[in-house]
Amino acid sequence: MSDMTAKQVLFEPIFSNNPIGLQILGICSALAVTTSMNVTIVMCLSVIAVTAFSNLAVSLVRAKIPNSIRIIAQMTIIASLVIVVDQLLKAYAYEVSKQLSVFVGLIITNCIVMGRAEGFAMKNGPWLSFLDGIGNGMGYSVMLLFVAFFRELLGAGSLFGVTLLVPVSQGGWYVPNGLLLLPPSAFYIIGLAIWALRAWKPEQVEEADFKMSRHTHKEAF
Amino acid sequence: MAKAKETVSRTLMVALILSIVFSVIVSTASVLLRPAQIKNQNLDIKTNILAASGILPEAASAEQIEDIFTRFDVRLVDLDSGAFVEPESVNVQDPMKFDMYKASSDPDMSTKIPPKEDMAGIKRRPNVAKVYLLREGDKVTRVVLPVHGYGLWSTLYGFVSLEGDLNTIEGLGFYAHAETPGLGGEVDNPRWKSQWVGKQLYDENKAEPQIRLVKGGVDANTANSQHKVDALSGATLTSRGVENLVNYWMGDRGYAAFLKKLREGKV
Repeated sequence: MSDMTAKQVLFEPIFSNNPIGLQILGICSALAVTTSMNVTIVMCLSVIAVTAFSNLAVSLVRAKIPNSIRIIAQMTIIASLVIVVDQLLKAYAYEVSKQLSVFVGLIITNCIVMGRAEGFAMKNGPWLSFLDGIGNGMGYSVMLLFVAFFRELLGAGSLFGVTLLVPVSQGGWYVPNGLLLLPPSAFYIIGLAIWALRAWKPEQVEEADFKMSRHTHKEAF
Repeated sequence: MAKAKETVSRTLMVALILSIVFSVIVSTASVLLRPAQIKNQNLDIKTNILAASGILPEAASAEQIEDIFTRFDVRLVDLDSGAFVEPESVNVQDPMKFDMYKASSDPDMSTKIPPKEDMAGIKRRPNVAKVYLLREGDKVTRVVLPVHGYGLWSTLYGFVSLEGDLNTIEGLGFYAHAETPGLGGEVDNPRWKSQWVGKQLYDENKAEPQIRLVKGGVDANTANSQHKVDALSGATLTSRGVENLVNYWMGDRGYAAFLKKLREGKV
């Protein structure tokens, strides 16, 4: 993998190799924390920080970690960083940390963090790994912000907590779509985003697992 | 080299070093950030109390909130007798430090509620509750009472604030719940909360609290409109939960004894 440049490592995950769009990782938190832009941004920054620093730390000690305990060693590093991030949020962004509640802690189990530590940082140098962490964190963020934009705008009529479409319950005209505030709506939006992404970059389309053969036999008259 | 990496002693060594290094990092972060976190939590509770009693200025700074909050007299109340108790009796120095929700899971500091009477769905009730009084001279002008109870998905935690007559609701607000956003979550909607202002808890007999959340809106022509609040659309169970928890806490097993004593000036 020595042929990778820093630029590639940093920017490829945003659209060409998006962790959510192409690898379909980290979906659970994408459903849970995308009801408002403010919360989503804090979550994105937390994930970027954790992926970047866990990649850096794993890469620094990668030659020392015995193969038999490499996963648990990565987990220790990731979990510690997540706890530190959680503590920082509780101390300096209390309101948001209350809304994110358990999901900051669940970054530990976010497949993206673990996947990059095992898939990239174990094989590459610290600097590249650090950039890879930032890149993948940004790829995750782009998708989350996209989802949150539609969910907050159409579900609550606001963006960043600023009311744009005044909802009926506050005397306005807009009837908010309650479905968009519930987790399933994020599935639809992510699905549509993946569709758009693959229409734009057709090389991401996976090959069909099987091909339907033509009907050769009339079954009903 | 590759082989030397895999010996048992080396594996243990690496595991030990990693654990020590990262536990030091985590504990340092925890210890250094603790004071800021506690400050935030306290400020959050104070903000909610001020918000429920309708005296929270818009975009108030932390100093402003602390400053306004000092006007409150924080007291502990024995719910059965309705009398004030000293903080020492529940092993704290400062009434602010007493956590009535922690106490309600401690068998020594709480009572099991018989299932029939458990309207609020909380199973255990603390023996001692923390109340916030605002005085002008000798007269109590406002009382803020913590309440909690089960809605549809979650326990709602909040405050009810009463005027000096200990009957008229000054405001109500929930600071923690996990009801459905957009439906039951509308308990946080300021327009809905504003309906509570001026509602009466009790009728003339001052016996049972009479709050009802009703379907179809409440206007001046509704019978007993002073006890009625428009329920939340699409959130029958959350509305019922709110009705039950307010009536439970303002009833005999809740603050009724304390309010009675306070009304008669006996505390």
